[in-house]
Amino acid sequence: MAVVELSNVGKRYPGAESLAVEDFNLTSEDGEFVVLVGPSGCGKTTTMRMIAGLEEHTEGAIKIGGRDVTGVAPKDRDIAMVFQSYALYPHMTVRDNMAFSLKLKKYAKSDIKKRVDDAAAVLGIEPLLDRKPRALSGGQRQRVALGRAIVRQPQVFLMDEPLSNLDAKLRVDMRAEIVKLHRKLGVTTFYVTHDQTEAMTMGQRIAVMKDGLVQQIDSPNTLYQHPANLFVAGFIGTPSMNFLTAEVSDNGQALSGPDFQLATDGPRRSVLADHGQTQVWAGIRPEHLHLSDSESADNRMQGQVEVVEPLGAMTMIQVLIGDTRVTAQIKPHQMVAMGDTVTLGCPSDKLYLFDKDSEMTLHGIDIGQSDAH
Amino acid sequence: MNKMSWPGKIGVNLLAWLVSILMFFPIFWLILSSFKTNALAAAREPAFIFSPTMASYVNALVNSNYWHYALNSVYTAVGSTLLCVVLGVPAAYSMAFRRSKRTDFTLLWMLSTKMLPAVGVLVPIYIVYKNLHLLDSALGLTLIYTAMNLPIVVWLLYTYFKDVPGEILEAAEIDGASLVDNIVRIVTPLALPGIISTGLLAIVLAWNEAFWAINITNVHGATLSVFVSGFKSARGQFWANMSAASTLSVLPILVAGWFTQRQLVRGLTFGAVK
Amino acid sequence: MATRAIRSTVKTRQRQLGKASQGMISFLLIGPAVVYLFVWMLVPLAMTIYYSFRNYNLIRPTFTGWAGIANYANVLADPDFLSAFINTLVLVVASLILTILFGLFFAVLYNNEHVFGRNILRTFAASPFFIMPVVTGLIWSNLMMNPSFGLLAALWRGLGLVPIDFLAQFPMPSLVGIVTWQWTPFAMLVLLASLSGVPEDLKEAAGLDGAGAWKTFRHIVLPQLGRPLYAVVMLESIFFLVIFGQIYVTTSGGPGTATTNLPYYIYLQAFSAYNIGAASAGAIFAVILANIVAIFLVRMIYSNIQEEA
Repeated sequence: MAVVELSNVGKRYPGAESLAVEDFNLTSEDGEFVVLVGPSGCGKTTTMRMIAGLEEHTEGAIKIGGRDVTGVAPKDRDIAMVFQSYALYPHMTVRDNMAFSLKLKKYAKSDIKKRVDDAAAVLGIEPLLDRKPRALSGGQRQRVALGRAIVRQPQVFLMDEPLSNLDAKLRVDMRAEIVKLHRKLGVTTFYVTHDQTEAMTMGQRIAVMKDGLVQQIDSPNTLYQHPANLFVAGFIGTPSMNFLTAEVSDNGQALSGPDFQLATDGPRRSVLADHGQTQVWAGIRPEHLHLSDSESADNRMQGQVEVVEPLGAMTMIQVLIGDTRVTAQIKPHQMVAMGDTVTLGCPSDKLYLFDKDSEMTLHGIDIGQSDAH
Repeated sequence: MNKMSWPGKIGVNLLAWLVSILMFFPIFWLILSSFKTNALAAAREPAFIFSPTMASYVNALVNSNYWHYALNSVYTAVGSTLLCVVLGVPAAYSMAFRRSKRTDFTLLWMLSTKMLPAVGVLVPIYIVYKNLHLLDSALGLTLIYTAMNLPIVVWLLYTYFKDVPGEILEAAEIDGASLVDNIVRIVTPLALPGIISTGLLAIVLAWNEAFWAINITNVHGATLSVFVSGFKSARGQFWANMSAASTLSVLPILVAGWFTQRQLVRGLTFGAVK
Repeated sequence: MATRAIRSTVKTRQRQLGKASQGMISFLLIGPAVVYLFVWMLVPLAMTIYYSFRNYNLIRPTFTGWAGIANYANVLADPDFLSAFINTLVLVVASLILTILFGLFFAVLYNNEHVFGRNILRTFAASPFFIMPVVTGLIWSNLMMNPSFGLLAALWRGLGLVPIDFLAQFPMPSLVGIVTWQWTPFAMLVLLASLSGVPEDLKEAAGLDGAGAWKTFRHIVLPQLGRPLYAVVMLESIFFLVIFGQIYVTTSGGPGTATTNLPYYIYLQAFSAYNIGAASAGAIFAVILANIVAIFLVRMIYSNIQEEA
């Protein structure tokens, strides 16, 4: 078990103008489950591959267990990795797959057998040990890939989108299982995914990345409640947060735009007053919107319903406010039809405010700092 | 295309069968002639039904030097193929998994040497061989065949190796596999079917080769190509013997060829056809 | 912990050393193959160029020194060379046209799913390609085309015609026929592989749009074969330029020089006339001829590799 420390880590591919990963700072706690999440091409996989040593970092330093691993071969970093495609050796049985690294390290035969048997027991794959990967289902292969990582008893687990090749149901099951496994083994784990739900449900801490830059590193709840910028706010949470360009009027008392008028509460009023700009981004999560009586409330947005999606427990509607399509989550018994004109309301203290140009939050949370700890 | 009238289906079938029979007939006739007597093989009226004799085979296998030439063929074909694989596996590994700016250029350069006509290098190799006493030796022929087939072998192995997922090699690297481990314990077993069919193709090509065999060997190091070409002036004589010797020279490779049709196309097109 | 730290620094240093010699490792892997081809192909080629400017005859040991362009001039002035050059072109072009026409026809035939046992039929039709060229020559020049005892002579007699001495009366067409028999399977197999790559639903869509079999073939299938056909033309050109075994056992380049192509001419210069200088000059012409085709071929291969990478 070890602390992984990334300081100012960056990656520049030969001949590339810009950095693929830039100025990555993160120190894991011992035994922590860290998730790297972001859209494809954001640099999350590159970051993980630099920790693994499959790619050299070109800037900054990476320390594993206090040891600078610059120039250390992957096999000497005391890490294990689970790949998206599982990368099982097709010509070897499950047992040989799991034993391969131990054989290369010249462990005693009895030792190898014991370790493989133990890992197989943990994962419940004992009956599969003599099969070839070809004869396994997707979920079973996934388990074997985990088993291959476990037998090495490494200081750090690295998992690169390990669930993305599984179907939806299995993915949910394996999600829980990996979390359970992590709790049992207590090994520091870095986990890469593009799926924010996976990130939120699994990570103790989540690093949200975009275009090679870390946007925010925080606990799931902090990310949800205090997103550092427009990108994080939109990326975390499903359906995504709605964003409206709003004119600031009355010294921050009100926000308005085509077809909407929003009143602010005390804290937001002072934030807007300090900010002093005439335009901001106003963000509202779909789950904070509700249908309201027209004309009555201070916060209201009016528009035509374009899409109605009943999901059973709730109903999602999309309403055109000005020229922005706003998603709202309403109760299933509230009957709304396509083409209806509705009014949406939202509590003032659920409004998120972002700078119009920099898209940073106006709520005073800096990137990388958390108020959750 | 599922709609096709009955007469159309019958016509297409007849045509397809006719084409196959016509294309294969000369080979069939060769095999048939090998079971005739020398007189019957050169009879003015072609004989389809006759009592077969093994005399020509006995003659080829016992009385003539067939075995000497056959052993040379085996030696040169298998030897050059093994050399090709030994040289080709690391080269193809490097091209598939350790790509650099030079990789494509190197690959193209290798393939382009295959487009160099053999006559372009015949004279110097003849003279050098003469000085090195490699003329008329199976070793000399083996070395030439290696150069002749190496581009094809590297190319084919490269295409097979590229099918090995990179993540498996990375997993092995993390598991502690060295470069040699990677080649010997991961890539080679994974690509074994491809390596075997590549080897088979190289054997077919070396076995059938005539230009070098005729030009730089005579007796001592000569292969079946040379042996069989000795019948070239058999105008009506010894046709059964010629047919038996030819059949013996051709049949194993024909069968091997049937099983390597795909590799053959893949190998001889150098990736010009996808 | 302490030993571990020491070991890791050692390993680190090894790795960094290794990093500096990554190029060295690549060279160790790929070098042997490159060096081998260099020694066996490029060095002799350079020697051929050298000899082509030298006075060099194996039976005239005193005839040495620089020849300038005399060898080239002599070769170009040699009517045999010119006829060999023309024969080469005729052999290549005629065989190309025939193998591609037959190959395309066979490929379409064996691609038809209604043909019963088409895989076996295809395998039999492909067989000539695996026969060693020397045996191919023997089969045709003796068993098939011999004017007295050959099968074709018997057939001609059966039809009440006077048997033809193919190799004497029509040497070049006969040779083209033999080469076509041997190489049609190659064109067929390549085109068949490409044909089976034409999506079935594309053809069905064309059928639904009212295209008949011929129109479907002409407008849907044939355009997809453009690149493979182009490739077959160039590949076969390369292979046909160096045909030797079939000529050696059938006509020995004759009658006269009727079937002497460039490789055979060079072979005669070197091993009958022992004129190394002239043989080398002739070989350079053959290399140039092959290179004209090879340039296009290499460009095509390069673009394919780039697309895949």
